[in-house]
Amino acid sequence: MHDSPAPAPLQGALIIDAIKQARVDYVLSVPDLHTSNGLLKPIAQDKELKLIRTCKEDETLGIAAGLSYGNKRALILIQWTGFLYAMNAIRAMACDHSMPMCMMIGLLGKEPELPSRQSARFGVRIVEPMLDTLGIAYHRISEDADAALIAPAIEQAYAQSKPIAFLIERRPVHA
Amino acid sequence: MIDRKKAWAALARHITDEIVVATYSSATDWIATIDRPLNYFSFGAMGLASSHALGLALARPDKRVIVLDGDGSLLMNLGTLVTIGAVAPKNFAHIVAHNGSYEANGGHPIPNKQTDFAGIARSSGIAKAQRIDTLAGFEAAIPNLLTEEGPLFVDLIVEQGELGPRSYKDMYSRVRRQAFREALQAG
Repeated sequence: MHDSPAPAPLQGALIIDAIKQARVDYVLSVPDLHTSNGLLKPIAQDKELKLIRTCKEDETLGIAAGLSYGNKRALILIQWTGFLYAMNAIRAMACDHSMPMCMMIGLLGKEPELPSRQSARFGVRIVEPMLDTLGIAYHRISEDADAALIAPAIEQAYAQSKPIAFLIERRPVHA
Repeated sequence: MIDRKKAWAALARHITDEIVVATYSSATDWIATIDRPLNYFSFGAMGLASSHALGLALARPDKRVIVLDGDGSLLMNLGTLVTIGAVAPKNFAHIVAHNGSYEANGGHPIPNKQTDFAGIARSSGIAKAQRIDTLAGFEAAIPNLLTEEGPLFVDLIVEQGELGPRSYKDMYSRVRRQAFREALQAG
């Protein structure tokens, strides 16, 4: 019997660097335990990113839409529960109106050894199928190398006025 | 009690280059009053007009942003007042047409017609919040709404207008949204 080595921690700093590389001006967020220490706390301290804390997740979609008309970029940082809560706003702005809604969704409770579609948690399990149903492209962010996917995808979202989602599968850490 | 159409007509007489974000019944009355490229119609999800407007206000601090909201709409996103109070955009004026009903959805009453929206706004950090229930009072307030440092909030007590159905297809059209974008980029 042997234990497989624990995967290296996901570095939040790499994700934050990617957000900046994508020329994101604002991060719009409702706190999520999954991304709290690795992303939200350092973003709150970051002088290059402006953080707006909202009360509910659907607010972030409206604010991001308004910002986009003024040529400012936003990243929405929420948990999967917030993604489900904001579904009507996502439907309206990301799908009906094809706006560049860039969502970073923490998969709190996802088992590291399982794909999210096989999670024992119903809410985690349905995130990818719901994105498929909405026609929203997404990237899974589970290891450091995945951070390189973020900036090009945000650039493409704004260039094509299309939504994009990033599923934060493992809990990021902050050095 | 105020006739909303008369209130919007009074506001329209002062409007120049402001961004006006309007929603549902406030929007249908506004577009009938003054149709212009810098009108932005909050689309798709009820309650988010002020959130769209907050994004616009942050992106364009050089422009005054005026929100024409409804009481039923605001109740669907009441937390927005806390967010706006915290962000405190100086170029932001939020006017809520308060008739105690979901007018566009058949005229059903909101859960509590006596809701003190100005009080909620004040306790959410929007210090300059007031309740106005006469047309003369609103007319007198308009110059400040267009110039005073925000965020500003008005709980405007209006009569119930015509009940639905309403068509929002034109308001939400791609052509209109593109015209708004171009007008915003032009100045």
